[in-house]
Amino acid sequence: MSLAHPRVVIAPWTYGFIVALAMWIATTVYSGLGSAGSTLSAALAFGAFSVTVGTGQMLVIASGPGNIDLSVPSVMALAAYVSMTIMHESNSMTAPGLLAALAVGAVAGALNFLAITALRLPPIIATLAWSFVFQSFTFNFGGEATLKPPEILSWFAVWRVGGVQAMPVAVMILTLVMMIVLRRSVFGRQLLAAGQSERAADLAGVEVGRVRLTAYMLCGTAAALTGFLLSGFTGGAALNMGDTYLMESIAVVVLGGTSVAGGQANPLGIWGAALFFNLMATMLNTFHFEAGVRFLLTGVLIILIVAIAPRARGS
Amino acid sequence: MTEAAMHRRVASRVPRLRDAVQVGLPVAALAIMLAIIFWIRPAAFSFFGFTLLFRFAIPLVFASLSQMLVIMLGDIDLSNGSFVGLTTCVTALYLENAPAEATLIYVVMIVAYAAFGVLIYVQRLPSIIVTLGMSFIWLGASIILLPSPGGSAPDWLSEFMSWRPPCLPLPIWIAILAAGVGHFFITRSSYGAVLRGAGANARAVERAGWSLIGIRAATYAAAGLLALLAGLTLTGLTTSGDPNVAPAYTLLSVGAVILGGGSFTGGMVSPVGAVIGALTLSLAGSLLSFLQVPPTWQIGAQGVILFLVLAGRALTAERTQ
Repeated sequence: MSLAHPRVVIAPWTYGFIVALAMWIATTVYSGLGSAGSTLSAALAFGAFSVTVGTGQMLVIASGPGNIDLSVPSVMALAAYVSMTIMHESNSMTAPGLLAALAVGAVAGALNFLAITALRLPPIIATLAWSFVFQSFTFNFGGEATLKPPEILSWFAVWRVGGVQAMPVAVMILTLVMMIVLRRSVFGRQLLAAGQSERAADLAGVEVGRVRLTAYMLCGTAAALTGFLLSGFTGGAALNMGDTYLMESIAVVVLGGTSVAGGQANPLGIWGAALFFNLMATMLNTFHFEAGVRFLLTGVLIILIVAIAPRARGS
Repeated sequence: MTEAAMHRRVASRVPRLRDAVQVGLPVAALAIMLAIIFWIRPAAFSFFGFTLLFRFAIPLVFASLSQMLVIMLGDIDLSNGSFVGLTTCVTALYLENAPAEATLIYVVMIVAYAAFGVLIYVQRLPSIIVTLGMSFIWLGASIILLPSPGGSAPDWLSEFMSWRPPCLPLPIWIAILAAGVGHFFITRSSYGAVLRGAGANARAVERAGWSLIGIRAATYAAAGLLALLAGLTLTGLTTSGDPNVAPAYTLLSVGAVILGGGSFTGGMVSPVGAVIGALTLSLAGSLLSFLQVPPTWQIGAQGVILFLVLAGRALTAERTQ
C-alpha cells in the first residue's frame, strides 16, 4: 500500500473469488462454452443461500472468540415448517408466513444467547443443545412430510428481471448493506470492538451483552429467511433441508477472511467462498468423479485454501 | 498462621473443590438417570441389564477421550465422527482377511492425523476449519472403500464385545480402565502437566525446552489412536462397516468433554469427567425410551438433559468462585 511495500498484496478474502473463477473456467473448458452461463447462474442462486446463512454466522463469529451458532440448520428447517404451515400454499398468506419465519429466527437467536449467558455455557454447546430442541419442534410440526410452498414464493425464488436473477442480486445488496453497517454504524463498530476485547469494549461503555444478543438474533433471522426462501426454491420444507449448511456456514465465513478469533469480519469474502463451494461441487460433478472422490477433493481443497491464504495480522 | 499463609491454603482448596464439583455433577446426573431406569424397570439392575444399557457407550467413551486430547491443546476436532466411520469400513473390509494391510492402513490414518495436528500448529490455522476439511477426507476415503454399508467384523472382535468378564460388565470395565489410564497420564503424571501446559500456555512450555511440534504430533497421534479404538469397538458391536455410522460422535464427544468439566480455553480437561460425560450422554437416550418419551420429542429431550446437567455446573461454579 505505502511506498515501502511496492509489491502487490493479495488480500486473503480474494482467494475464494480467484479459486472460484479458476473452477468456473475449468468446468467451462470441460463441457463447452455454452454451459458457462448456466453454471454461473446456478452457482449464484445456490451461493445466495450460503451467503445469507453465512452473513448471520459471520456476525456471531465476529462478536468474540468462541462464539458460533450450531443451531443454524435446525432454525432453517423450523422456520420453513412454521411458515409453510401458516401459508398453507395460499399466496395471500405469504406476508404473514414470512413474518412468522423471521420471528422464529429472532426468538431462536435470543434463546441461544440466553443459554450462553444465563447458564454460562460455551456457545458451541448451548447452540447444539437448542438445535436438538428445535429439531424436535420441527418433527412435531410436520413429521416426515414435505410441506409445499405457495406458488408466489416458488415464483419469486427463480424470478428473473431482464435475464438477471433477482434473489442473488438482493443478497448482494444485503452484503453491501452489511459492509456499510460494519464499517460505519454504531452497531457494527460496537460488534467488532466487543469481538476484539470484551473488557476494553465494556470499559469504553459498549453494552457487550446487548451487542452479542443482537448478533445472535440477526444470525437466527438470517437462517430463518434462508429456510423460507430455500423451501420456495427447492419445492418445499424438508426435515434435513438445513443439514449441509451447518458446516458450510462456518466454512464460508472462515474461508471468506473472517477471523475465528473474532473482532474482524469480511462480508464480501463470504461471496467468494460461497461461489468457490458451489462451483467446486459443479466442477467435480462435471468431471464425473464418484461421490467418495468428490468428498475427498472437497476436504483437500478446503485445507489447501486456508493453508495458502495469508492471514490478517494479529490473528 | 499468617494471613498470607491462610489465604494460600484457602486458595489451594478452592480449585480442588471446583474440580470435585465438576466431576461430581455428571456423576450425580448419571446416578439419577440410573435410579429412574431401575425404578421403572427393576429387572435392568443386573449384570445383563448394565451390559445392555452401556454397550454403545464404549465407542463414545473412546471418541470422547480422543476429542478431549484435542480440546486440551486448545483446538477442536470436527472430524472425529467421520474418522470413526472410516475405521469401521477398514475394519469390516480388511481386518479378518488381510490383517497386515489393515494394520498398515491404521498406521497411515494415525500418521495423517498427527500430520494435520502439526499443520494446524505450524501454519497457525484455525483447527475448526482444518478438521472440517479432514472430515470430508475421511468420509470420502471411506465411501471409496465401501460405497454402501457392508463387510463384516472379524469374529474375535464381535466375540470380545459380547464377552462377559468376571465381577463387572465389559462396558463398566472398559470405562474404569480408560478413565484410570487417562487420569494417570493426563491429570497425575508429569508428562500430563506438560501436555496440558501446551494447551494453556504454549510459550511457557516451549521456553522450558519442550518441542511443541513434538507434543502436538504425539497428542494428535494419540487422539487418532483413541478414535481408532472407538471405530474398532463400534465395528465389534454393529458387525459391519458404514461410512455414515457415527457423524453424531463429533458433537456428542465435544459435549461429553464439556460435560466432564473440560473447557475450550485449552489445558483444562478431565479424563474421568470425559468418560462419565460419555456414559451420561449415551444413557440419556435409553432413559428417554424407558420414560416412554415419544420418538419425535426424544432428541429435544436430549437437548434439555444437556441443559439441566450443565446448568448445575453454572450454579455451583458461581458458589465456588
